[in-house]
Amino acid sequence: MESLTLSDVEQKYYSELFLSCDVDNTKKVASNGKVLDLFRAAQLSNEVVLQITELCGATRLGHFGRSQFYIALKLIALAQSGMPLRVETLNSVRDLPLPRFVMGKNEQEPRHAVMFADAENQGHYFPRPPLRVQAKKVSAHEMIQPCVPTADPQPDTTSPVVSPHQSPPTSPHAWRKHKRQASGGNVDRQPSVPGVVWPSFREAQPGPVTGDGMWSAHSPPPVQETWVSFTDTPPSSTLPMHPPSAQPESTTVRTGMSAMITNEIQRQTSGYDDPWKITDEQRQYYINQFKTIQPDLTGLIPGSAAKEFFTKSKLPILELSHIWELSDFDKDGALTLDEFCAAFHLVVARKNGYDLPEKLPESLMPKLIDLDDSAGVPEPATEVSFSASPVEVTPNKSPSMPSLNQNWPELNQNNEDTAIVHPVPIRMTPSKIHMQEMELKRTGSDHTHPTSPLMANPPELSDETKLAASIKFPGTSVGDGYSSSDSFTSDQEPISSAVNRQRSHSGTSPEGLKVVAPPPPPPRPHASHSRSSSLDMNRNFAAVPAAGSQQPGVVAFPPAVPPRPLPTQTSVPHGHRSVEGDGLPAHTSTSPHQMPEQPNFADFSQFQAFAVDQPEDDEENPSDSGQAERCPEAAGTMRTTKNDVQAEERNATTVNSAKVSTPLAPPPKPVRRRLKSEDELRPDVEDLPQKSNVIATVLATQPSIPRSIGKDKKAIQASIRRNKETNTVLARLNSELQQQLKDLLEERISLEVQLEQLRPFSHL
Amino acid sequence: MAVCIAVIAKENYPLYIRSVPTQGELKFHYTVHTSLDVVEEKISGVGKALADQRELYLGLLYPTEDYKVYGYVTNSKVKFVIVVDSSNASLRDNEIRSMFRKLHNSFTDVMCNPFYNPGDPIQSKSVFFCAHTLSIFYVTIH
Repeated sequence: MESLTLSDVEQKYYSELFLSCDVDNTKKVASNGKVLDLFRAAQLSNEVVLQITELCGATRLGHFGRSQFYIALKLIALAQSGMPLRVETLNSVRDLPLPRFVMGKNEQEPRHAVMFADAENQGHYFPRPPLRVQAKKVSAHEMIQPCVPTADPQPDTTSPVVSPHQSPPTSPHAWRKHKRQASGGNVDRQPSVPGVVWPSFREAQPGPVTGDGMWSAHSPPPVQETWVSFTDTPPSSTLPMHPPSAQPESTTVRTGMSAMITNEIQRQTSGYDDPWKITDEQRQYYINQFKTIQPDLTGLIPGSAAKEFFTKSKLPILELSHIWELSDFDKDGALTLDEFCAAFHLVVARKNGYDLPEKLPESLMPKLIDLDDSAGVPEPATEVSFSASPVEVTPNKSPSMPSLNQNWPELNQNNEDTAIVHPVPIRMTPSKIHMQEMELKRTGSDHTHPTSPLMANPPELSDETKLAASIKFPGTSVGDGYSSSDSFTSDQEPISSAVNRQRSHSGTSPEGLKVVAPPPPPPRPHASHSRSSSLDMNRNFAAVPAAGSQQPGVVAFPPAVPPRPLPTQTSVPHGHRSVEGDGLPAHTSTSPHQMPEQPNFADFSQFQAFAVDQPEDDEENPSDSGQAERCPEAAGTMRTTKNDVQAEERNATTVNSAKVSTPLAPPPKPVRRRLKSEDELRPDVEDLPQKSNVIATVLATQPSIPRSIGKDKKAIQASIRRNKETNTVLARLNSELQQQLKDLLEERISLEVQLEQLRPFSHL
Repeated sequence: MAVCIAVIAKENYPLYIRSVPTQGELKFHYTVHTSLDVVEEKISGVGKALADQRELYLGLLYPTEDYKVYGYVTNSKVKFVIVVDSSNASLRDNEIRSMFRKLHNSFTDVMCNPFYNPGDPIQSKSVFFCAHTLSIFYVTIH
């Protein structure tokens, strides 16, 4: 195949033709059938067509690739100009007119001939087709109100329009997209477009031309599509189209609009907009109708009710059946709001004479429940109305965690026990995360609000943190505790909300990974100095635990952890990076850990139970051995603790529960700490159980802090230390529990295998 | 490759028959009709067992020299029959099963349509059903 040089116009024309033949949307191969039809439409003798096919190499390849197709088109142009078909001449001939394709329709031929005669199309012939399309489209829309309510069949439901067998929207879509790319002065396109489109129509409609003459053969929608990109003419021309509001009127419009309507009108109405798009008023009407059947907009209309409703439209059952098949997207025998609107729209269209597409147009597809942009959600006119429906979550609202929450409540509430722990993608900036972590540590240890920056963040973090927190603490009410303690979160639901948020975050940014410990900011932002506020906050939080539930407990917990020696090392950094410092290392070093830790959130709940029980049961604690002991207990206490946690009845052990919850916050920290100095942490770990006591002890034990910059700083550092210790302890416990879990799973698998082996007879 | 697909109602009348070489359709109609006896025999043979214990896929019903006939029955006694060309020796049991699964799925989709009255012939307007069945026809051709 020798290389082919095409002029710009030719390039465009050929590519459009190729797309029209590219039924399968492969972009690479034009289906043989279409191609051959197209060639035949060029009014060349069969031998010539065969020769061309051979020359371009399609016979060799067996199919029409893009290059073959282009070559073939060029050869057709050659043949039509009466020149001998030679491959060599392909590139040598300049100023070759574009290949002409005749659609075989009488009135079309002259049109085509004229149109294709020159690359520049004046669009004279376009007025009518677009006109008609336009009229139909407009009338369809206008008709909705009058038509539907009365449920009377329109006078000419039997539209003369015969839809092409090929689904109108599909090919037009290809066109449209293609055209849009070309954009700009598409005058050149005009000739090619109609030409290209018609072959497909021609094939689809054996006997398209009906009494209507012009475009009756062509379904309006596709025509609209094709005309879309033609010219960028002002929309004003479309205005005349809108007035007609009745079908009879539309007919008059059609006939009356001849010269005035140009492609622009077409383009206007259909430009970047497909004929199946539902306008706002339409949608509103559909929604109202939906409500009459099913008051709950998020509910489903059962098939029988829908059947009765649509039967009122007096369409033949067969067509209604077809409409149903198109619109019942999930094939569940019931219609959601979206599906109902699609079905209604199709009914309206059908009554107005539009033919039903072969497959559901994109704009009618129900929006899928997906956090990301799901398929088939191009440009719904009114997304707002669907926000209520769980099925039609407006996608690409990843930042809108609240909306996701709305959509997932049912799902999440059922998952209380599953505690699906995704790598919490919380959309929070690192600084915020740090803030949270810092806050957690601070609040946990000293009940102090870490720093002013932290305090500043709480409001910002409130949504995210509580979400994050809740996500992180799926199985526990800790998240809620935190949030509530911070008085930022509204709901106190333990797991469900946590899970909810968790779910909602699953799709959000990957930054969430770092946010493992996103405790909501402390409720009482201390506007005073950053460091020194810690002490104050400690006091504040110390007061809270007694009053509140987990919240204060959570806060109270961390303080016990950090070992003195460590804090000395870390306190310095803490001093200045109180806000970010922890966050950063947390991010960097703990992010990887967070991943593994997150799945352990379920474990955390156990751990909490653990932690709660531990101090009660035995003072012994999260030393490594202690953790080991805890692990076995974890299983036992898991359920109970979970329940307890869920019940939020930790008042008796508010502090403990708080402590338990706090571990969740700082999980990354412990890991990090572990890396740093497990030894140092061990002694601290032992303090874990004594949650309430630890705080006091830790508070008391701040001697090792080398710095004596000020009470505040010490307090902060101490709390940091405690938190860190707690973190480490918890992390260790976590890992041990994980290990246990793995073992148990292995056991389970082996047992299942045995079971399978023992039960071969069940298959007999 | 499948040459004929048929959906038979509980009362043993066809709801849907489609053959690929559309010329010799009558021949396949007869084939499907005779295979119904085999189907009945199979499903009554397991009579004592409960429906759920009865396998939906009936397997090869009826081999002739030109083709093989496979059967499948749903829990509502709707039967699917697929006639496969014998020349295609590579059709494994699993492939036949998957063909029946697809057929069953398409059939349930049609059933879900409230406008479809069970017992009505499946109109060709039910494009999805037809498309899916056609895809079954051609699934092994490529």
